[in-house]
Amino acid sequence: MPGLVTQLINLFAVMLLLLSFALLSQRRVLSLIHLFTLQGATLVMSTTAMAFFTGQPHLYYSAALTFVLKVVMIPWLLHRLIVRLNVRWDIEMLINIPTTMLLGIVLVIFAFNLALPISQLSVSVARGTLGIALACVLLSFLMMITRTKAIPQVIGFLAMENALFFAATSATYGMPMVVELGIALDVLVGMLILGVFFFQIREQFDSLDLKHLEKLKEGE
Amino acid sequence: MTFSSFAAQLLAIVVAVLGAPLLTGWVNQCRAWLQNRSAPPLLLPYRTLHKLFNKESIVADHATPLFRISPYIVFAALVLACGIIPSLSTDLLLAPAADAIALVGLFALARVFMSLAAMDIGTAFGTLGARREMLVGFLAEPALLMVLFNAALMTQATSLASIVETIANQEFAIYPSLAVAGVAFTMVSLAENARVPVDNPTTHLELTMIHEAMILEYSGRHLALMEWAASLKLFAYSCIGIAIFFPWGISEIDEPVGMLLALPVLVAKLALGGALLALIETLSAKMRIFRVPEFLAGAFLLAVIGMLVHFLLGA
Repeated sequence: MPGLVTQLINLFAVMLLLLSFALLSQRRVLSLIHLFTLQGATLVMSTTAMAFFTGQPHLYYSAALTFVLKVVMIPWLLHRLIVRLNVRWDIEMLINIPTTMLLGIVLVIFAFNLALPISQLSVSVARGTLGIALACVLLSFLMMITRTKAIPQVIGFLAMENALFFAATSATYGMPMVVELGIALDVLVGMLILGVFFFQIREQFDSLDLKHLEKLKEGE
Repeated sequence: MTFSSFAAQLLAIVVAVLGAPLLTGWVNQCRAWLQNRSAPPLLLPYRTLHKLFNKESIVADHATPLFRISPYIVFAALVLACGIIPSLSTDLLLAPAADAIALVGLFALARVFMSLAAMDIGTAFGTLGARREMLVGFLAEPALLMVLFNAALMTQATSLASIVETIANQEFAIYPSLAVAGVAFTMVSLAENARVPVDNPTTHLELTMIHEAMILEYSGRHLALMEWAASLKLFAYSCIGIAIFFPWGISEIDEPVGMLLALPVLVAKLALGGALLALIETLSAKMRIFRVPEFLAGAFLLAVIGMLVHFLLGA
């Protein structure tokens, strides 16, 4: 049986995977934001656990950064957005949920198989979780593909960033601080720009459905 | 056949049969407290059973013998199921005869007879309830099997007794696969026991009923047996959950004295589990019947993920 560190990180990894599935199957925008916040909180806990057990001080900084950004700032921004756009209870789905979940299982099996040889190259205590991180990335991709509205797609994008961050911490004990800061800033600025973008989309098409963006000309 | 295993088996069945209505009463009481209602007495289910056994059973004219015999079969199947589950001791007389898969089979037997009896009279609501029950059942059963396979995969045995012994004896560790299976199991047992997100056990609206619609035509001692069987099912599911996920305190083959300790431990665990069930029921709203397949597909998916994670992490 592996040590307590690995057990704890494995547990957090499985929680992240479950939250990815929950995001995939959730219909309501408000619940999506709650789940995303929860995912961020899990990420903070796993990074802190990793920092505590490996004694890498920069992981504490990145945990703090994740907390501020993904548990406080972005959910708050999203909340404000959905109140102002009045899409709190929006319900939408391209494929029905059981089919999406089955596709999700296929993706998980694919990711686990793919990650098995890669993770044997790593020396981290939590190398087994690389497959889970990869599965989370693919599930977020699937979420972005199956959603038609703008906000769930953005949440899918943010969830993918969470998963990539987790992959980095578990496989290599985190990226250099500069890179992490850069990514954090990117995500925040991207979020702000997309927020402005939502209003533009709605003004143009009277809805947040991204189908309208596929048309090339205005007014058929 | 030794005397101790015979005694353990007898005690397990007696505790299940006599204790099951108490668990139902406790859950109802907790639920009433949480919902700010004045709580019914803890022993109300016993009084209901007593009342029903003293009443005359009315049976429809065109009912076949199947309708009369079904309550006895359902009750017997669930008593037997409670006998297989190692709730107090793993040293059970019946344990070598039936494993986890046979247990699921017993639940299926009870369900089939209950549904057939509901259809037998030919009333609209009975048929409706039976069809819904089969819909829930055929989705819940594979999910339950997958949960049990999770435990079986970890301990290399499908017999519940050896699963309990293996899990209780190994050194304590966090098993992500078991944690996921635990969530899946909770979802399955909510659906199987006609609890709130799927069905409301206290409803009076025929259109939303599942379990209640099937036993609408029963009265007197037949109804009493059906109600008792429902309590037994709740008890059985709680004991399976305890046996797989919190097996500490269940006595083993070499320690017959451990049974004395196992009983209070079981009561404490069941009290806690019942309070949790009441909490879940209070916090969630009943979902539309067409959302149930999604809910149970979710449970199945969780159980499958548990197995995949077991293969990936080896834990």
